[in-house]
Parts: sequence; C-alpha cells; structure tokens
Amino acid sequence: MRASLFITCYNDTLYPETGRAVVTLLERLGVQLDFHRGQTCCGQMHANTGFRAEAFSQAKRFVRLYQDTETVIVPSSSCVAMIRDQYPGLIEELGNDALRRQFQALLPRVFELSEFLIDRLKVEDVGAYFPHRVAYHASCHGLRALHLGDRPFRLLAKVRGLDLAPLPNLDRCCGFGGTFSVKNAEVSSAMLAVKLQDVVSTGAEYCTALDNSCLMHLGGAMHRQYAGMKTIHMAQILASTEDLPAEAAQ
Amino acid sequence: MNHAPAGHPILDPRLAPPFPQAVLPVLRNPQLRKNVAHAIDVIQSKRARLVAEKSDWQDLRTAASGLRVHVLENLAFYLEQFEANCTAAGGHVHWAADAAQARQIVLDLLRQQAANEVIKIKTMTSAEIQLNPFLEAAGVSVFETDLAEIILQLGEQEPSHIVVPALHVNRAQVREIFARRMGLPNLSDDPQELTNAARAYLRQKFLTIPTAIGGANFLIAETGGVAVVESEGNGRMCLTLPRTMITLAGIEKVLPSFQDLEVMLQVLARSATGERMNPYTSLWTGVTPNDGPQNFHVVLLDNGRSSILARPKHRQTLKCIRCAACMNSCPVYRQTGGHAYGSVYPGPIGAILTPQLMRMHYAQSLPYASSLCGACYEVCPVKINIPEVLLELRAEVTNQERGQARRFFDPMYLGLRVANLLFSRAWIFHTAQFFGRIGLRLFTRKDGWIHSLPSIGAKWTQTRDLRGLPNQTFHSWWAARQKEAK
Repeated sequence: MRASLFITCYNDTLYPETGRAVVTLLERLGVQLDFHRGQTCCGQMHANTGFRAEAFSQAKRFVRLYQDTETVIVPSSSCVAMIRDQYPGLIEELGNDALRRQFQALLPRVFELSEFLIDRLKVEDVGAYFPHRVAYHASCHGLRALHLGDRPFRLLAKVRGLDLAPLPNLDRCCGFGGTFSVKNAEVSSAMLAVKLQDVVSTGAEYCTALDNSCLMHLGGAMHRQYAGMKTIHMAQILASTEDLPAEAAQ
Repeated sequence: MNHAPAGHPILDPRLAPPFPQAVLPVLRNPQLRKNVAHAIDVIQSKRARLVAEKSDWQDLRTAASGLRVHVLENLAFYLEQFEANCTAAGGHVHWAADAAQARQIVLDLLRQQAANEVIKIKTMTSAEIQLNPFLEAAGVSVFETDLAEIILQLGEQEPSHIVVPALHVNRAQVREIFARRMGLPNLSDDPQELTNAARAYLRQKFLTIPTAIGGANFLIAETGGVAVVESEGNGRMCLTLPRTMITLAGIEKVLPSFQDLEVMLQVLARSATGERMNPYTSLWTGVTPNDGPQNFHVVLLDNGRSSILARPKHRQTLKCIRCAACMNSCPVYRQTGGHAYGSVYPGPIGAILTPQLMRMHYAQSLPYASSLCGACYEVCPVKINIPEVLLELRAEVTNQERGQARRFFDPMYLGLRVANLLFSRAWIFHTAQFFGRIGLRLFTRKDGWIHSLPSIGAKWTQTRDLRGLPNQTFHSWWAARQKEAK
C-alpha cells in the first residue's frame, strides 16, 4: 500500500522524531511512504484565531498538494480535525467549485495515524515492545472531533511490556488550545496544573498521546516542575522494538 | 447603571475588563476556585449518571434540537400565536425591543398597581436587563425568593452561574451572610438551620407583598401558557399568592405546543441539575378567576435576539434552554467561575451569546475564552455547536481588529501574518526554520530546553519550558534518507 505523510508544521520543526517513528512503524508494516516536500501547515492556528482568509490559503495548498494522493496519513489528531471540521466551511465560503470537488474527493482518504492502523490496515498488534508504565492522554480533538474511541487503547494493549496506567478525568482538556495558551495564558496554565496533577498521579514513566501539541504543553510543564516523567508521541511507542527501542531512535 | 464597589465583579459587558484580565483576581482566590470546581463536579457527575440511564438520550437531543430549530425558523408565527392565546386567556402581552424598554414597561406596570415592593422568581432575563438596580433606583424594593438569589442579594454579590447562581459561595459563607443580614448571630452552618432561616425570611415576604416578577422557561404558543421549572417551590409561591404577576421572557423561549414539553422537560432537568425531573414544574395560562394572580402580564424581550436570528450560522445560539450543562462541563469555567465573563451569561454559552447580544461592540475577548475542547457541544441537550459559533465570532473580531493601526505591531497579529507568509511556500518555511533554530539557540540552556522567552513567548514560558529546536527537521532527514537510498 502507498501512502503519503503529512507531517504537519510543528512536528517537522519541533518533533522530527515523531515523523521518523511514523516512517519506521509504517514501513515495518509494509506501507510504501511518500513525502511531499511542498507541505507546510494545515492552517489550524490561523483558523482558530479568527484568520479565515489565511487559513483558507493553507487549506487550498493542502488540497492541491494531495489531490492525487491515494492515502494521506497525519500523525496529529487536531490537524485532521481541522481538515475534517473546518476545511468544508472555509472552502464553501472562500473556494470555487473545482476546489470543492477536489476536497470532497480527497477528504475520505485523509487518516489520523491510529485510524489508519485500525481502520485501513486492520492491525492492532504492530509488533511493538515498550517495557514502561504509560499513561494515555486523549486529546480533545481525537476524543470529540475524530471520535477515536478505543482505537488508541487497542493499539497500546498489544504493545509487549507496556503497562497502561489509567488516567483519571481522561476527557478533560489539558488547556493548550493553540493560541489560547498565550492569549489566555493564566487560565491555560491553571487547566494545565489540574491535568498535570492527574497525569502525575498515575505514577507512569511516560505520558503519550496522538497529538504532540498537548504533549508539548504537558511536557513543558513536566520539565519546568521536574516531574520525573516524560512525554512521548504514540507513534514512537508503536515504532519501538527490542532491537530499536524508542530512546535510541531519538 | 452599575454601582459596583472596587474589586467587585462587573456583569455588564460594556464596562467589564477583557476576560484575560478579569480572570486574574479569580485565579488568585483558591477558596472561590475550590467552591466552583466542587459544585460543578457534583452536578456533572449527577448529570452523567442520569444521561447514561437514558438509552434514547441522543434521540432526545436530536428531537429537542429539531424542535428549537423549527421554532426559530418560524419565530414570528409562534410569537403572534402565543400573544393571541395568552391575551384570549386574560393575560396582557407587551413587546420590548431592548432592555430600557423592558425595564420601563415593568416599572409602569408596578406603578399602575402602586407597588413599592415586589417579590421575584429567579430570572436571568431580569439580570440581563439589570432590572433590580433600576427598580431600586425608582423606589421599588425588590426581594429575590430563590434561595441562591437571596444569598446573592443579601451578600451583595453577583450571579456566577445561570442555574446555580451562588455556586461560588460555600455553606460557611452563606452562614456569614445570613447571620449578618438577618440578624441571627447564633446561626450555624447546618443546612437545615440555614434553610429555616431563609424560610422565616421568605414567609413574611410571600404573605405581605402582592406583586411578583418572574421569568419563563418556556412559552407555549398553542395555549398561551407559561412554564417555570424550579427546585424549591418558592417560585410557585410567587405564582399563587400575589395578585399581580409580571413574566419577563426572551422572545426565543416559545415552543409550538404543550406536547413539546415532553421532550424539553426530560432534557432540561437532566442537563441542568442531574435530576430525572425537577421538583416543581408550574404551568399556567392567562388568568383563572379566584385562583392565582388576577392581573397577569408577559413582557417579551428582544434586546439583540432578532439580530442573532437574522444570521443563519449564528442562529443556533438562540436554541439555548439555559440548562448550563455547557458551563458545568467547561474546563475553562471550572477554573474561572462565572464572574470573569463580565456578563450574567457566563461559560461557553455566555462566550457566544454575550458578544452577539452586544452586536459585537463589546465582549470581544469572550469568543477567545475557550480552548475549543468541545465538551460543551457534547453535553448540549439542544446540540448548539458552540465551538463552531466561537470560531465564527473569532473571525468577526479579527476582521474588526486587523485594520486598526494599533494592531499592526501587536505580536499576535504580526506573528500570524508572518506565519502566513512562511506557510505560503515550503522554501520560505524551511528558511525560517533554519534561522529560527539559530535564533532560539540564544535562549536554549545547556539542558537543551528554553526556560524563558521574550514578548508573547513569555506567556508560554511563564509556566512551561519549551524543548529547544532539534538540529534536523523531519523534511531534511527525509531528504537525506532518500539521497542515501539512491
């Protein structure tokens, strides 16, 4: 199977190890990956701050770039939510008929990573080994926009050696919210403190998620507070094996 | 209108500070935050339990949402039908275009009755039009009868929630207010004792004041009837003992038929208080000889609602039945409580309703008072897509502000304009990544992390670190790997 990777702007810049792990994982599962060099950003930051025209120009770029692609894989649930929930409105309002048709044809071929593994590849056991205690943080977009449901848990359950720590108040936001984290920094920090308390209470070594934006927020606070805990994108856990453990791959 | 002392929350969007500023005193008040978090956690868990026992909950939501959409699409028809039927049943219907008109209508009605005292059923609409201070200034003494409203009135506090307006006040604080204002120095904070104190205070008002003001949960077009739901029965006292009853209701409150209450009452009680049914549901139609108020008036309030109705994407805001499930589920409200919203309508619904009622002239910071987590939409019994409306309003605020000269060097606007340029071409983005990495090295400590950033970045680093940029981006790693493979 061929698939094209939309890495997203902040994974490319801040978390390349997540992208490398997606490549390791999917190639191990027999997927032939492409990477469009022209890709930049999905436009979520602009859309969520009220910059619709700018968000639309990113949406247009995305559709043009991937229109001939069989399958697009995005290792970020909030970017997929942007494409699914906000592109239709932006393109309806600012686009033309041709773009609308291209987008409608492309949309069913865009997958978040866990969706791609479970729904498309029909695989739960990806052959991963990660002998650590891990808490899974359900990002709001994964939970309520993509309705990922038990997909992440089914994948984590099959990781050998992994001890899954149940996270209290799983459905509560970590307070990141993109530009919310700086526009309303004080409230965002208060929400983060509550979430971090829950995460730390699990006694896990790692907190994982399908969205590096939440993990940047949680990880930034963990580092500031010497929480003795690390964040790791789920792709890195799923890519990890006895021969190539996640830490060594970083 | 507002004579609030310094440091007192201001629930007038025209005067309130922007949300990021308004939250600061709250975030420094651990007792208030604890009271709010505890109260909404209790309501939320009750709600979750009772929603879970309804296997047809999603169907009920769909039905309730459909009903409200239908009403809003035919609002003029149903309002006129309500007016005709209410009038035929002996009621009097008044139309108020704005808050000032509504206040004047109520005052004129009170003057006709020569009323210088009035008892009140809890109504958010009266808080919206700031009725109490207006009546007090005109020489009418107003007595709230809802227990929470009594606490607020006697404690000279503002409501922080639309269903449980005193949820930011705990039992010890209630005792203090009652002891001081009712002259009961030996009062304990035993709930029974507090309730008895309120009862003694209220009985005297119920038995001596013949004029009442209330709100409406629903207006029934088909019958001209009004429905009020409550937990305490004090509202029912106001609906039975007085001679004159004045009901103040937003124009969106109408339902087509009596039958529609079947769906609405099921979703409202579960969503609002986590009960299968609220303890008191009062329904009355016009005037019944020798039974209840013999002089009955309904004031229908627009106050910005028809301007919301006129906009198809925004119209869903008016589907709201004021259950407050959105604020109880909101992680932002859980930290801030209601006062920071600077409006009698706080939480997610307030964040979309208030700026629209103000026709986007005030409260522009409220659409940003959300992390867009979507919890509000998930629990809303009438399926208002609050995040969608928040985004619409953010776009409007941005369009208002982006032309202003003072926004040109605003770091948020500048940053987003620059980001748009960077994302327009991959080579520009890659160049910016290169220089960004070099630039950020100045701030990166030996441990590889950034602990402090200037300008808008300081908003991030005030509580979180940021990992320094890695030496290789993903795309350059990919390019190197492709080259190697060839």
